[in-house]
Amino acid sequence: MNRLTYIVLILTAIFAPWIATHDVTAQNLIMRYSAPTAEHWFGTDSLGRDVFSRLVFGARISLEVGIIVVAVSSFIGTIIGSIAGFYGGFVDKFLSGYLFNVFLAFPGLLLAIALVAFLGAGLNILIFALCVIGWVGYARVMRGQVLKVREYDFVQAARALGASNMRILFTHILPNAIQPLIVQASLGMAGAVLSEASLSFLGLGIPAPAPSWGTMLEEARGLDTLYSAPHVFFFPAIAIALTVLAFNFIGDGLREYLDPKQRKR
Amino acid sequence: MMKYKLLNFAKQVGLMLLVVWTVVSIVTFMIEILPGDRAVSALGENATPVQLANFRRVHGLDKPAFFLSYSNAEGFKWNGGDNRYANYWKGILKGDLGKSFKGERPVSGMILERYPATIKLAVAALLVAVAIAIPLGVLAGTNKNNFVDNLASFFALLGISLPTFVVGPFLVYLFAVQFRIFSPTGSANPEDIVLPAITLGAALSAILTRMVRSSVIEELGEDYVRTARAKGLSERKVVYKHVLKNGLIPVVTILGLQLGVLLAGAIITEKIFGWQGLGLLLLDEGIRKDDYRLIQGCVLVISITFILANSLTDLVYRWLDPRIRLS
Repeated sequence: MNRLTYIVLILTAIFAPWIATHDVTAQNLIMRYSAPTAEHWFGTDSLGRDVFSRLVFGARISLEVGIIVVAVSSFIGTIIGSIAGFYGGFVDKFLSGYLFNVFLAFPGLLLAIALVAFLGAGLNILIFALCVIGWVGYARVMRGQVLKVREYDFVQAARALGASNMRILFTHILPNAIQPLIVQASLGMAGAVLSEASLSFLGLGIPAPAPSWGTMLEEARGLDTLYSAPHVFFFPAIAIALTVLAFNFIGDGLREYLDPKQRKR
Repeated sequence: MMKYKLLNFAKQVGLMLLVVWTVVSIVTFMIEILPGDRAVSALGENATPVQLANFRRVHGLDKPAFFLSYSNAEGFKWNGGDNRYANYWKGILKGDLGKSFKGERPVSGMILERYPATIKLAVAALLVAVAIAIPLGVLAGTNKNNFVDNLASFFALLGISLPTFVVGPFLVYLFAVQFRIFSPTGSANPEDIVLPAITLGAALSAILTRMVRSSVIEELGEDYVRTARAKGLSERKVVYKHVLKNGLIPVVTILGLQLGVLLAGAIITEKIFGWQGLGLLLLDEGIRKDDYRLIQGCVLVISITFILANSLTDLVYRWLDPRIRLS
């Protein structure tokens, strides 16, 4: 079921222009609040726009934001986390004792809201803000992993052979430490999709005519719409719930698969 | 041991202060690097030079931004102690967060006016979450792997995957549009808190239910449970008096870590229901009207609340578990 949601989501995002049946910004005020019909599969919203097509393109935005945010923040987090774990001492004290704690001790969404408020709403700024709050989770996981792996014998062996610190870190330690990052990335994907929708819902994400799921929900939560066409609200709501559910499921499944202690239960 | 305790306490306070310092500095820095003239954007293009100068003097904008400044003509320049950054800090120590750019009201007054509403909402949400999570978690844990457990676990998973901005409007649709039990927005009547509190508490209750469940399952396997049963205690007493008390310890930790999510979620919940709290102040008065002084104040107060709540959890945690208290 979750795998199905996942595949449908990815295919939808890739083939959005071919799947969508209407122009996402085309308004048709005569057709406002149309119930689902053969012409408009999921009905139309308060401006007569096709909900199905907007949902399809919204999947593209969600996935795009999710993938970029996870890629960038896991990359930054991996580097900072490995440096903290590998060098230890003062470097680690500063990074994990101060920097990590500051970012963990602070509600992430609030920081993202503040960043967007100052820098202005937009796709790039949204992605930047989500990376700023996202990297620390990966860094913490990587630090713990590197701390563990650097004590292994093969690291000693590599050092005895005269390998440089950088070579030991990148070719010996990292490949052996990176596994838990996959779990973190899957859960991070759910988090990023959710944060994007939250910020867009608050009007601080991707500006209006673009069909972000958060924006669609914000537009559909008005009492007029809930009275006359609740489906305009329910379709994006179901889409976002299923997406987050799927990524959470995959993350949980991966964690159980990768952790033999949990698999037994 | 006393010395160790004091040292630990000092460390905690030190870290808290560092976090607050960093947060305020980041926010201030972001405001200062923004292009454009604050006075012009606040008063409009038609303001006279006298009005502009007056505005700058009232808000301290005639002072340099930081200790050090850089310009192409002069290079780096030391500005001394009388700068906006230092003055903002001096203000904070006196409980003064500056004046709003719009309307010139003191920011601290505006925040204090809204603060109780947010705390009320957060506490109500916490109560909702605990009231749902403990019975449901115990029910699931004591009926491990049968129908009741699956139902409870399904509910928990649903709660985790449904974001605030889906649950909130859905409740509005159900209880304000369909059944007309509650009013859709506002915070005037006492019953207006019900929908926002459920909205905000839903996700937390789901996470807590899972925690209580696994905690109960783990504790039920312990020796003291067998002892308690052997001495003839009723199952109810075993579960609620012995198992739950021990099982709640990890739950309290999670509760503390989730407070940030709760405070951030409060911003969204307040927007959905028009709840007149700090989040709505930040969104409607601060961000929408470009009132940077107010944004600065709101971010500062929300983060300090969060940090304090986290430290408080730590204390409760120590009190609950004597092993931690003594070590």
